[in-house]
Amino acid sequence: MTAPQTVPLVAMRDIRVAFGGVRAVDDVTIDLRAGEVVGLVGGNGAGKSTLMRVLSGAHVADSGQILIEGQPVTITNPRDAKAYGIETIYQNLALADNVDAAANMFLGRELVTRLGSLDDGAMESATRKVMNRLNPNFKNFKAPVKSLSGGQRQSVAIARAVHFNARILIMDEPTAALGPAETAQVRDLIRQLKAEGIGIFLISHDIHDVFDLSDRISVMYHGKVVGTMDHDKVTSDDVLAMIIMGKKPSEVTTEELAQLHV
Amino acid sequence: MTDAPATQKVTGGGSPGPLRSLLSVLGAGLTKLRSLIGVTEVDTRLLGMVVALGVIWIGFNIVSGGNYLTPRNLWNLSVQSSSIAIMATGMVLIIVSRNIDLSVGSLLGFVGYTMAMVQVVWFPTSPLVWAIALLVGVSLGAIIGAFQGFIIAYGKVPAFIVTLGGYLVWRGLLFEYAQGQTLAPMDPTFQLLGGGPTGSLGQWPSWMVGGVACVGILYSLVNTRRKRRGYGFPLRPRWADVAIGAIGCAAVLGAILIANSYLWPQALAHNYAVANHITEPAGGLQIPVGIAFPVLITLAVGVVMTFIATRRRFGRYVFAIGGNPEAAELGGINVRRTIVSTYVLMGVLAAISAAISTARLNAGVTSLGVQNELDVIAAAVIGGTSFAGGVGTVAGAILGAVVMQSLRSGMLLLNVPSPVQDIVVGCVLVAAVGLDTFLRRRSTR
Repeated sequence: MTAPQTVPLVAMRDIRVAFGGVRAVDDVTIDLRAGEVVGLVGGNGAGKSTLMRVLSGAHVADSGQILIEGQPVTITNPRDAKAYGIETIYQNLALADNVDAAANMFLGRELVTRLGSLDDGAMESATRKVMNRLNPNFKNFKAPVKSLSGGQRQSVAIARAVHFNARILIMDEPTAALGPAETAQVRDLIRQLKAEGIGIFLISHDIHDVFDLSDRISVMYHGKVVGTMDHDKVTSDDVLAMIIMGKKPSEVTTEELAQLHV
Repeated sequence: MTDAPATQKVTGGGSPGPLRSLLSVLGAGLTKLRSLIGVTEVDTRLLGMVVALGVIWIGFNIVSGGNYLTPRNLWNLSVQSSSIAIMATGMVLIIVSRNIDLSVGSLLGFVGYTMAMVQVVWFPTSPLVWAIALLVGVSLGAIIGAFQGFIIAYGKVPAFIVTLGGYLVWRGLLFEYAQGQTLAPMDPTFQLLGGGPTGSLGQWPSWMVGGVACVGILYSLVNTRRKRRGYGFPLRPRWADVAIGAIGCAAVLGAILIANSYLWPQALAHNYAVANHITEPAGGLQIPVGIAFPVLITLAVGVVMTFIATRRRFGRYVFAIGGNPEAAELGGINVRRTIVSTYVLMGVLAAISAAISTARLNAGVTSLGVQNELDVIAAAVIGGTSFAGGVGTVAGAILGAVVMQSLRSGMLLLNVPSPVQDIVVGCVLVAAVGLDTFLRRRSTR
């Protein structure tokens, strides 16, 4: 980023979350600008998902501050987050398995008629349009989502996040269940959303995904952010080393590096 | 279709004897029938229950020598099913959201007795005492439901425990303040809620209700079709819509015909004739009873509850919570408030049932509603409500209540002793759920 003088879209400051004695997120500060993709990487239990759950309102931080466009905000539940335009694709997708794609897409934000009844026709119609763009092979609009394939379920979760004009998008392993074709579609979608000025936090185990799509990459290790680097100033080997050892490349000794290559 | 290999096996093995070819024709016919039913988008589980109910009715009719399928017996059956059916519609939503309510029987007793108190002790002379009794009863039911729901949703105490406590507390309170006293009689207007020849619609109003129901069925079919066409969605074949409309209207009008074939008992008709100075024809005055008020209330509750469960946000949320509580919360649904609402609704429905039961008995007694919680839960479960949450229909629960009452009244007709009745109903409950689980597992395989 060459002009970082503008106020960031999201700033999370000194966020701390503890589960019992374990500090899952330990004084983390991170920010995100409009039209930027920030990749969040780290090993299992590094605290990436927990940090993002704080932003999406699924978990309340023990301490710390969240600012949206410079204004301090209070996010205590997912409704608050959505009110600020924060949408999330959860790792476990968070779908209600027993209802259909349209019901899931509009969960909590159902379209209603003038008399306040559910407008299933309008919801199904909107869902068909979105899915047509995201996953043209999607046909089972009446089936409960538990009978869909992993990729189709993931499409539903993605559709739900992008349909409501999000300003901030959190994607936790968005391509985990997808095949190569759908993965390519999601990558295109991320670039397109980025071009529309949406800020995206991208969590992924796939380091190539993160490298291809992110403007900046933040590495987490044991609840702390080890470092945040511009995408074009690091190599994937550097990032890998940071993920495994929890140190910046400059701090790594040659012995440690040698051990890594054994 | 899982049936196809079985059909082949029958035709493939050995020489094609007449029995085998008949079986294969039957098998092919069944497969054809199933695909036909699939096209109509009718709930196969509900259809299965209707078939099971038909088998029960015809079976009892044969065994009892034709005493079962009489207008009188069917009319009684409909009235006796009402109280449980009304509560079962609320229990569906509670079980769908992965909770339970064991307190409805005690709640019914407590609220029913309170309504009797209003009529006999507190406002015996007021001309609007029936309305006061209903208002007090429904409010009390809603408040108690809200109280229990609040402890469950906000206090995070398991529903089983909270309502088990309620089961003991409301019955205990009832015994404590009733001191064994029976309160009677109820207000004459209030008594109408209990049914009986006077508490029924009579001939022409019954036909009018039937006509309205038929218009409703046809309108909803046409409207659904029009909307789907407007959005360019795939349409159900026209013959399926016509068949559903025809069968639905025939069922409604048939039921009205049966209710109207049940006549006032002769003594009652005679008194009526004398009181109204009508000269009686030979053989006495023939007055059709028509649909009983409690049955009318049950049908209205069924329609309203189906509407709430399938067409309102609240119902959608209840099902989403049952499917995945975490997803519901993350979707921005206020899960706790929704849970409290299900219990408020359950309390109101228990109060409506309490009014019907108290009116039918024409007295407030301490034993009212004993064991009802089990019947209500059984009705919901026989009607296809899954304890795993997220699955269930209001219509299924009402049918479940009718199935249970059909078994009980049939056995009563055959002089089966009460303990044996319990054994049979218990076995049917387990067998029905077992069969349902088995069939569902096979269909998803």
